[in-house]
Amino acid sequence: MADKVIYAMYDDDDTTKDAAQHFVDKGVHVSEVYSPFPIHGIDPIIGVEQSRLGIVAFMFGLTGLAVAMIGIRYMNIIDWPMNIGGKPNFDFFHNMPSFVPVMFEFTVLIAAHGMAFTYLLRNKTLPGMPARNPDPRTTDDRFVIELRLEDNHNFSVDDLLSMAKQTNIVELEEKTIK
Amino acid sequence: MHKESDIRIPLILGDKSYRDITDDIIRPIESKAPKGWYILISIAGIFALWGVGCIVYLLGTGIGAWGLNKTVEWAWDITNFVWWVGIGHAGTLISAVLLLFRQKWRMAINRAAEAMTIFAVMMAGMFPLIHMGRLWVGYWVFPLPNQYGSMWVNFNSPLLWDVFAISTYFSVGLVFWYIGLIPDFATIRDRVTKPVAKKAYSILSFGWTGGAKAWNRFEVVSLVLAGLATPLVFSVHSIVSFDFATSVIPGWHTTIFPPYFVAGAVFSGFAMVQTLMLILRKAFKLEAYLHVKHVEYMNIVIMATGSIVGVAYITELFISWYSGVEYEAYAFLNRATGPYWWAYASMMTCNVLSPQLMWVKKLRTSLTFTFILAIIVNIGMWFERFVIIVTSIHRDYLPSAWSYFHPTWVDIGIYAGTIGIFTVLYLLFARYFPTMPIAELKTILKSSGQNFKEGFGNGAGYWEKHAHHGHDEHQAEIITEKPKTVEANIEEVVVEENLVEENTTEDQPDKLVFTKEEAEVAKNSLLERLGVGSADNKDDLKVINGVGPVLESKLNDMGIFTYLQVSKMTIEDYNVLDALTGSFPGRAERDDWAGQASKLNENK
Repeated sequence: MADKVIYAMYDDDDTTKDAAQHFVDKGVHVSEVYSPFPIHGIDPIIGVEQSRLGIVAFMFGLTGLAVAMIGIRYMNIIDWPMNIGGKPNFDFFHNMPSFVPVMFEFTVLIAAHGMAFTYLLRNKTLPGMPARNPDPRTTDDRFVIELRLEDNHNFSVDDLLSMAKQTNIVELEEKTIK
Repeated sequence: MHKESDIRIPLILGDKSYRDITDDIIRPIESKAPKGWYILISIAGIFALWGVGCIVYLLGTGIGAWGLNKTVEWAWDITNFVWWVGIGHAGTLISAVLLLFRQKWRMAINRAAEAMTIFAVMMAGMFPLIHMGRLWVGYWVFPLPNQYGSMWVNFNSPLLWDVFAISTYFSVGLVFWYIGLIPDFATIRDRVTKPVAKKAYSILSFGWTGGAKAWNRFEVVSLVLAGLATPLVFSVHSIVSFDFATSVIPGWHTTIFPPYFVAGAVFSGFAMVQTLMLILRKAFKLEAYLHVKHVEYMNIVIMATGSIVGVAYITELFISWYSGVEYEAYAFLNRATGPYWWAYASMMTCNVLSPQLMWVKKLRTSLTFTFILAIIVNIGMWFERFVIIVTSIHRDYLPSAWSYFHPTWVDIGIYAGTIGIFTVLYLLFARYFPTMPIAELKTILKSSGQNFKEGFGNGAGYWEKHAHHGHDEHQAEIITEKPKTVEANIEEVVVEENLVEENTTEDQPDKLVFTKEEAEVAKNSLLERLGVGSADNKDDLKVINGVGPVLESKLNDMGIFTYLQVSKMTIEDYNVLDALTGSFPGRAERDDWAGQASKLNENK
């Protein structure tokens, strides 16, 4: 189904924030805001929730720690116990202090890489993906608020356009997307 | 938006806009490389080739090509390894620890320091790999199932801890660096025009969009990665020090090693950052982003960590005597007064005495002095590792085995070669990668840009206009609004609307409104003034800053096709145009289309 999208462009982050507030106050759903850097304080206005990637990192960290413990126990305690200078090698627990560095490093390794990979997947950013920002200038010094008609059934395109004109825009575009 | 204290010296000097930040940092990528770059990369390339030649020779001949002997079985190789790893500590410390402490000045140096870290760790990793003798089975250091039955690596060994520490540090550092680079690569992607560069940066930027949710995730990932990298930084050099500290060699098995190595690593890392950044800022004209205040902050870190290192040296000396262990006491006495006294004296001078000069404000704010001192510290830290490694083992328990280490040309060649390879990689980075985090710098422009702090240029009157952006006031507004009835809210909105309209009309007092017939007349008279163009000799109007694809097609519909036509526009024409197209109030004037177009027309 064809859908109309309106791109309102601004040249300042605070103006963009004010504009987003203006739209939201009138009951318009702001689909996306494109900016060259993070605009602090815009997330609660347009209803973007705090990312849960921190929890993801913690989960990956636990996984890494578990894998490291199981792996080391299998390799150095069960499969090939080594007696070095008479130091205990009968069970994992007594030998553990000298396993701590590797356990720590592996935890960090898995947590960091797991989170980074999840981040790239969730953002749909992978090598060779096409750029999807509506205007090349949004990575330089322009800020774009995207309003989709399908998210705003109570408004017509003209309503949205006139609302956008009340804000301090520098450009306004209307597009039909499939 | 937080307002920074007026007392603090702004981090970004001059009158900068967001566009200026992009321009300044991308300039080296967009313009031709200066002659000096080609000269430097050629010299570094020769060193690198020489180093590779030495490595190949060593692999073909055997480790005997190094000056090692039965007594001194570790010397330059491990010295260079620890030296490079130490240098590799500043990058992650700057980007992770300083991020956690919200030190905004890190933004001038973090990208370049992280690049330095990654390249330095690559150089470091090379030495143990070569030292293994059979480079092609280097992967045996990892616990992999193999054809020898239950042969596993020894997880009790500090050398294996080192494998895990260095490889984790390298790959996490790389990920941290790259995640920060993605948005900046996107900025370059959207600006470069040459097809090859466009393609390359578009692959590198992973299709970054810069949406609100993406930025939200970006910030969370940066923070959590910083949290993970912080203990990692401390663990890596602690583990490197375990290589020595867990042994029973007098002079090595001291419990002070981990903290002392970490402080030394930060010390040498910052010195290397100073050396590289002082050249970079000058060569790429980035003085506005990295100025004396940044250099002073780094010098204070060098002074603090240098003092920690000094205290550690003296503690070691004291404990060697106080322990009552005669072997321990001899090891340290021999260091200071034995055949290697010159190395010990250089270490003490470069690392303990010289950073103390930084207490003098005049010296720590002098760029020349900083540069010289940074190089002295780099030399001193190399000597520190040499002293620890060689002087501790060159006299063992059997006087007949006492020995002295003489480096061969292969030793020297490989060390010089790693400096060459490092420099080549760094020069490539400086030329093709954004050397400062463009997106992050933009976030501090308003709070710490000189123009915004002092209220001139782009920042004139900003804080008066945007006083309501204070966080607390925002909260208060929300709270007071809530109890109101729906009707009251609507009223308020109406009032606000009027305000906005008033504002826009004030800005453009001669705003025109046309009826249909009038519009046709205005359009014709506009074309008369600008001259007629046709689709045949059409110029790419999108090149004009401020004209997008949609606007271009609207201009074309009206009969405006060429730069020549646009260059003739006056303020009245702009107003007519704005009234006709209806969607770009005041736009054309702001970007000075006519000026841009006449330039483009000349260069056509």
